[in-house]
Amino acid sequence: MTQHNDQQAQRKAAMAVLAQAEAGEIAARLRNFALPDHQDLRTPENGLVMLRGRAGGDGAPFNLGEATVSRAAVRLASGEVGFGYTLGRDGEKARLIALCDALVQSRDFGGAVERDVIAPLREQLMTRRTQAAAETAATKVDFYTMVRGEG
Amino acid sequence: MYVAVKGGERAIENAHRLLAHRRRGDQSVPEVTLDQISEQLGLAVDRVMSEGSLYDRELASLAIKQARGDLIEAIFLVRAFRATMPRFGASEPVDTGAMRVQRRVSSTFKDIPGGQILGPTFDYTHRLLDPSLARGFVPEAPATTEASTALTPRVTDILGRDGLIESSPQAEDGAGVGDLTREPLNFPADRDLRLQNLARGDEGFLLAMGYSTQRGYGRNHPFAGEIRFGEVEVEFVAEDAGFAVPLGSIELTECQMVNQFKGSATEAPCFTRGYGLAFGQSERKTMSMALVDRALRARELGEEVRAPAQDEEFVMSHSDNVQATGFVEHLKLPHYVDFQSELGLLRKLRQEFADAQAPDAMKEAAE
Repeated sequence: MTQHNDQQAQRKAAMAVLAQAEAGEIAARLRNFALPDHQDLRTPENGLVMLRGRAGGDGAPFNLGEATVSRAAVRLASGEVGFGYTLGRDGEKARLIALCDALVQSRDFGGAVERDVIAPLREQLMTRRTQAAAETAATKVDFYTMVRGEG
Repeated sequence: MYVAVKGGERAIENAHRLLAHRRRGDQSVPEVTLDQISEQLGLAVDRVMSEGSLYDRELASLAIKQARGDLIEAIFLVRAFRATMPRFGASEPVDTGAMRVQRRVSSTFKDIPGGQILGPTFDYTHRLLDPSLARGFVPEAPATTEASTALTPRVTDILGRDGLIESSPQAEDGAGVGDLTREPLNFPADRDLRLQNLARGDEGFLLAMGYSTQRGYGRNHPFAGEIRFGEVEVEFVAEDAGFAVPLGSIELTECQMVNQFKGSATEAPCFTRGYGLAFGQSERKTMSMALVDRALRARELGEEVRAPAQDEEFVMSHSDNVQATGFVEHLKLPHYVDFQSELGLLRKLRQEFADAQAPDAMKEAAE
């Protein structure tokens, strides 16, 4: 069970990085990769997901509005099935995420896909986020309350 | 009543052809691209996503272009598009407490954990037109400072720890989440439906309603406890994968209004609250939404419902600009049959009036 949870956490972490990347960036990383045989289990499909918030931020859920989502599923010849979900309508990106998710689960390719695809994309994402956070931090203010004079 | 009429096909076709030409404008001026709209008219895109109730920057940009910048027309186009797509399901509720904050201000506490962060804001600008933008403008690179790793808890969570503010009502076990895109609206409506209605409601309408509460029509003594804007992660429980898969992140604005306190014989007095949440950077919208959300809680908080902003049927029935524009603008469509019958009736009444006057007139003439 723990092993199952570990693998699920690893798949989620990879998906979280891949969902933030462009299809072209994922494809470029996979180009240097000796891909095993695989087939589409679900050809890319576009649809909607209703996004939910919570009243007060932490209360009962409510429907905020929908978002476009693309999804796909890919099976490796060795049997691993990967799922790809991403905001937007880029079916090719969903397919590439599904392929990566299948590779992450593979004993033969899991390490290599993490090293050559996920890790560099994660680093790129972190660099972007650090830059954005630094720009935000420069706008942090201290409001001084003027002290009223005595008497 | 609108009655279908025949004819005019050629005129309609030519009118649409003329519209396409006018939309393009002077062809010696470069055509605007969707990227330009998304990047440089970002707040218009945010509004179309919020009120179109569909998070997709590219589609919202396309709608703005197609609508020649008429945002309500663009919202209409986005709503019509969403009706053509299948729905995969609903996301896990987003966690705004874990937002990667780009802006976060509180008007209630100057020293909040994580600090006051202005971010990209019009606040404190002088609202003077800037001629340099008319010429082509290359902005300076943003200033940077090393970001602190401190968390930015919601201000209402901090107040909540001391019991100074009411806690957010939690969902009852097994309670579904109301969806007004799926079921017809009935009154009284629960808060989940009210918040959904307000989240897609017209910004101008909500602004006016929120303003009316400040001017005394359902006053609820608000403070902007916190306004935050930034990115949150979205997760979706995918049945095929068997767990909550990350979909990526979206930008949201959240407003927590802290309002007049209330207590009773059994409960210690505490602040009450109103809530606003919308796609993108939409501060005016979320502040207005939070004011109106609080006003609409009058019934549950035992307040007398006297003002329009407290009347949920009034607010929720008139907040949707696609419905509103549909009904107002349908007056433009041919009503010839209706009008002919009204005209016939009016002529008859006028004749009766004239006939009734006639004997008097003759009498006057005789005197």
